[in-house]
Amino acid sequence: MPDIQSTLPTIGILGAGKVGTVLSRLLLATGYRVLIAGSGSPSKIALIIDVLAPGAHATTAEEVARDADIVILALPLGKYRSIPAHLLEGKLVIDAMNYWWEVDGIRPDLNDPRVSTSELIQSFLPASRVVKAYNHMGYHDLDEGPTPAGTLGRKAIAIAGDTPSDLAAVATLVNASGFDPVLAGNLRDSIALQPHSELFGANLTAEGVQDALTRFPTSERGREVAAARAGDGVAGLSLA
Amino acid sequence: MTTGPLEFGLNTFGDVPTDHAGRTLSDAETVRLVVEEGKHAEQVGLDVFSVGEHYREGYVDSATPVLLAGIATATERIRLGTAVTVLSTNDPVRLYNEFSTLDAMSNGRAQLVLGRASQTQSFPLFGYDIADYETLFEEKLELFMKLQREMPTTWSGTVRSPLTEQTLHPQMRPGGIPTWIGVGGSPNSVIRAARYGLPLMLAIIGGEPERFAGHVDLYHRALEQFGQPMQPVGQHALGLIADTDEEASETWWRAWEPMVTQMGRERGFYPPTRERYELELASGALFVGSPETVAQKIVRMTHELHISRFDLKYDIGGLPVDARARTIELFGTRVAPRVRELLAVEQHESQSQSQDLPTTHPVHPIGATHA
Repeated sequence: MPDIQSTLPTIGILGAGKVGTVLSRLLLATGYRVLIAGSGSPSKIALIIDVLAPGAHATTAEEVARDADIVILALPLGKYRSIPAHLLEGKLVIDAMNYWWEVDGIRPDLNDPRVSTSELIQSFLPASRVVKAYNHMGYHDLDEGPTPAGTLGRKAIAIAGDTPSDLAAVATLVNASGFDPVLAGNLRDSIALQPHSELFGANLTAEGVQDALTRFPTSERGREVAAARAGDGVAGLSLA
Repeated sequence: MTTGPLEFGLNTFGDVPTDHAGRTLSDAETVRLVVEEGKHAEQVGLDVFSVGEHYREGYVDSATPVLLAGIATATERIRLGTAVTVLSTNDPVRLYNEFSTLDAMSNGRAQLVLGRASQTQSFPLFGYDIADYETLFEEKLELFMKLQREMPTTWSGTVRSPLTEQTLHPQMRPGGIPTWIGVGGSPNSVIRAARYGLPLMLAIIGGEPERFAGHVDLYHRALEQFGQPMQPVGQHALGLIADTDEEASETWWRAWEPMVTQMGRERGFYPPTRERYELELASGALFVGSPETVAQKIVRMTHELHISRFDLKYDIGGLPVDARARTIELFGTRVAPRVRELLAVEQHESQSQSQDLPTTHPVHPIGATHA
């Protein structure tokens, strides 16, 4: 029998707050090795991790970026420029962040209907492969929601990215962590998972997520996004 | 060692209600109503009455210490607190002056919960950037606790002018007034409360409250690590009590649904569904129901979260005045006695089964100062 630990990728998590600790627990529970870092030294989060995500390895952001196979971004979006970009070169990076003005402050750059925030992250990490996931479900639903594959009423997480192989890797991770993955198009389309979309904050089955994605282009927000993008001289959403 | 009795508090944000005819009360009428409700809370035997701090339409609690002073002169026993004081946009010196005055006026009944609050209008209003939140809170907490614990005070930092051998008047009682830290789920905030040895108020307004058991564990472990004595944990929750579960559920939904819809519009999430609401009632964070339903749920919290204080926020915008009064009445006369009765039975049973196992964590009495 192969050692399961050695066959699974090591997951790194940047951000040891509400979302980071919940994701750590979900992934540890399914056998992944998890490295996690907060904004300061590892000693600042050692007790937090010991109690809220026992088994995860609290370390520096640099070590997380260097040693993990897949890195999940779970820090406040407004602080994305603190991500050690050069250490993430060539890596699969999952963007679980959202613009939340009550934390990030008023930031028009993070609330632009023309550009999804994951596109922004992708341009900050040009040598990484960014996939959007784990962002639209509230952290308490993430915490309470995981169930084994095939469970009736299993909740779903939408994922969006530009490369099929990366989407497949993230889909495997989402499934392992207790949720049905639902493909939601490319990074540009991931604006349909952001605040002001029907999906944002929703806790739905795969069918429900799919329906919400289908409705997005005709929703108020969808039309706003399409209009802004058309005015920008760029074609509208490819979701419809 | 056993804990002291569970304490019961009411929280108000000064939400503007409606009257019998469905008319929305004026701001001034609501201010006077809050004072009356504070008196009512004392009459039905509740332990604490706490007022929030908000700066937006539909809430009249912006001058928290003024409201509390009004209630102080109209009451004799009930303790007077906040839910919560937005420390980051207050001047700690001003805050000290206000609350030392309130404490003197009320003959030692003042207390505080310091936190960020879920609303952030005070930041732009007073010229602060929400992005500086951490520094503002950290420095101001340091100064405020220093003022309470060391007088004269010498302090310097980046968020206000320095103090040199400063004495403030009226002086607080030795050690200061009970000061809690309110947290909404951030593990860092839990650690900060423990570092200062301050009691922890968990604001749980959505999802299953049991999720916070890890935070309580983290808090206890951190207190230990910082060499601080054990401190109480409280829970702030939203709810309404009526004669039947059905009446409570329908009345709350009519006010809660539009409020959460509005919040969602501002923050970018969609309106709550009825299904979601039913779940919040059954196993989630809302304490909406008959006295028996709410009492049973509070007892469950004492087990899951080891709380020794339970605060119910009884007002949300548009709720009829009568429904608020009925909640206060039933919370004091039916829920609190019923919870105490249930806990006494449990304690008796566990004592007759085993002399060794305490049912809850040992804590200091709530009224104690936390010097």
